[in-house]
Amino acid sequence: MLEVKNLHARIGEKEILKGIDLVINDGETHAIMGPNGSGKSTLSAVLVGNPLYEVTEGEAYFNGKNLLEMKPEDRAHEGLFLSFQYPVEIPGVSMTNFMKAAINEKRKYQGLDPMNAAEFLKLMREKRKVVELDSKLANRSVNEGFSGGEKKRNEIFQMAMLEPKLSILDETDSGLDVDAMRIVAEGVNKLQTPETSCIVITHYDRLLEMIKPQFVHVLYKGRIVKTGGPELAVQIQEHGYDWIKEEIGEE
Amino acid sequence: MGSEQQYIELYKQCRTMIHEHSSDVMNSVRDEAFERFASSGFPTQKVERYKYTDIQKLFAPDYGLNLNRLTIPVDPYNAFRCDVPNLSTSLYFVVNDAFYQDEKPKGHLPEGVIIGSLKDFATTAYYNQLAGKAHDATTDLNTMLAQDGLYVYVPKNVKVDRAIQVINILRSDVDLMVNRRVLIVLEEGAELKMLFCDHAADDRNFLATQVIEAYVGANASLDLYCLEETHHKNVRVSNVYIDQQRDSRVNHNVITLHNGVTRNKLDLTFSGEGAECQCYGCVIADKHQHVDNNTLITHQVPHCTSNELYKYVLDNQAVGAFAGRVLVEYGAQKTTSQMTNQNLAANKEARMYTQPMLEIYADDVKCAHGSTVGQLNDAALFYMRQRGISLEEAKVLLQNAFINEVIDKMQLEPLRDRLHYLVEKRFRGELNKCKGCQLCK
Repeated sequence: MLEVKNLHARIGEKEILKGIDLVINDGETHAIMGPNGSGKSTLSAVLVGNPLYEVTEGEAYFNGKNLLEMKPEDRAHEGLFLSFQYPVEIPGVSMTNFMKAAINEKRKYQGLDPMNAAEFLKLMREKRKVVELDSKLANRSVNEGFSGGEKKRNEIFQMAMLEPKLSILDETDSGLDVDAMRIVAEGVNKLQTPETSCIVITHYDRLLEMIKPQFVHVLYKGRIVKTGGPELAVQIQEHGYDWIKEEIGEE
Repeated sequence: MGSEQQYIELYKQCRTMIHEHSSDVMNSVRDEAFERFASSGFPTQKVERYKYTDIQKLFAPDYGLNLNRLTIPVDPYNAFRCDVPNLSTSLYFVVNDAFYQDEKPKGHLPEGVIIGSLKDFATTAYYNQLAGKAHDATTDLNTMLAQDGLYVYVPKNVKVDRAIQVINILRSDVDLMVNRRVLIVLEEGAELKMLFCDHAADDRNFLATQVIEAYVGANASLDLYCLEETHHKNVRVSNVYIDQQRDSRVNHNVITLHNGVTRNKLDLTFSGEGAECQCYGCVIADKHQHVDNNTLITHQVPHCTSNELYKYVLDNQAVGAFAGRVLVEYGAQKTTSQMTNQNLAANKEARMYTQPMLEIYADDVKCAHGSTVGQLNDAALFYMRQRGISLEEAKVLLQNAFINEVIDKMQLEPLRDRLHYLVEKRFRGELNKCKGCQLCK
């Protein structure tokens, strides 16, 4: 699914990713943890092609295609999805128009005709249920006036609509209460198939208890310094990161 | 000597011809306007209200004028379809500056309502009463050269339910200057909705001056919509003068969808208490288009409310200007006034000049003004692209969202729906000139 080799990236003059290697196969869920400022969000931003970041070295292939050469919208069409840590409010653009544009541009990319209005509304209704999103929210402007929890649920709703192959959840659990977290986690689990994969970026093992990753990576100072199974998340929750820093010979 | 000289010469030479083809009422103020124009000349850009548009330059070229009133062969019903069709409006045409007389049945107008040729109906009681006091050279030039135009009269307490749509067509085989004149009189309690759609039907250089005078009587209501959809060779200099009596209501809407150089001036005066006006402006410009909206709202008396919202979307090397002034005169207490100008520069080379001004001589008023100039939100653009929406489409969605705020304020529903459609086409670059116009070669 995804193959990242020796990836380096910077924002402005500041190098943030200093050689990331990561392989994700079909059907796998990977968690990425790490202290603040270690480069987790940067990794997700670079993978989806945020123009603020510049890749200086390394490669990334998505289902055999060179990801770094693709425009952000084409990466999305190929099946890459990012649930934003801070979803953007877009006043004046309704959720309906936004989703319609997204779906139809993807269909165009695939050589399909635009979806008809009835079909589209039916799809909206079905997918709303995945994250129990209120129909009122779906009629409003994108994320405008949504609470923190509603914004995150809206991200998963969009994920459900677009049916990506690889989803990156960037701190989707931050700012969520227990119930909202359960709804989000259940939503994500419902959307998982043997053909789809997921990267979960988080600080807490609580979400990982619900979305069960096979692999947990620790990102520190722009590198993956440790990889383990789900037990690694539990250890981090209990002991923090200091012991890992010691292991790699720091402090 | 500036570019006024050719118009001074023209008037001296053609005075008789101009008079012969007009009416006594229109002729009665002509010489006076000429004297004023000859002594003032065109304003330079050092004159505050003309800071952003070079009038001297716009009037310098040598345009033809149809002072002899030659009939221009056109049957607008067959040849012209406006982009705002089926409004269930009563439809009228003004070809260049002349009311198009025809025998076509009109939607039923209430008794006493007059819509007709200005030279047939204008009276000295109203004609040039507002415009003559304005001391504006482009207005004086219009008064001095205008030979005809449109007259609209609604008697006391008569409500015209159907919107009146007037399609102004610029039609010529040579480069042409047109001086169009409109006089609207609403008696006490009258109600009228008017939509002007300006089109240029030929690929010629046009210079169109326009003066609209509107008298809105006590408790009367006027909705005025001015939509411009011309082309890049068109120069428009429009001056609108509105006088509002006690408890009257005015909605003034100006929309520039496609143009060359446009200068729109609005002077609105509250002369009776309890009156209210809403002024909305919507501008979309790209390439080398130039749009300058200049407004002056004068609160002469207490208890009036004015509200202005102008929004611009500029792309390429387009230039936009908004200069709005609200003048609250001594004693005009309990005035409420709000002026907002918001602009989106979709490109680094687009330029916007904005100048919101408040001048207050009363001490118990509520007035606010503000303006913004911004770019497309990069975070929003990227968010949309991550969802698979192309950069071009994302821009269209954001620009639409921005401009829809002002379109949604416009009261005439079919126009609003049509504008949503036209504006979106415009942003997609699919509206290069008046689409419905079959005269376009």
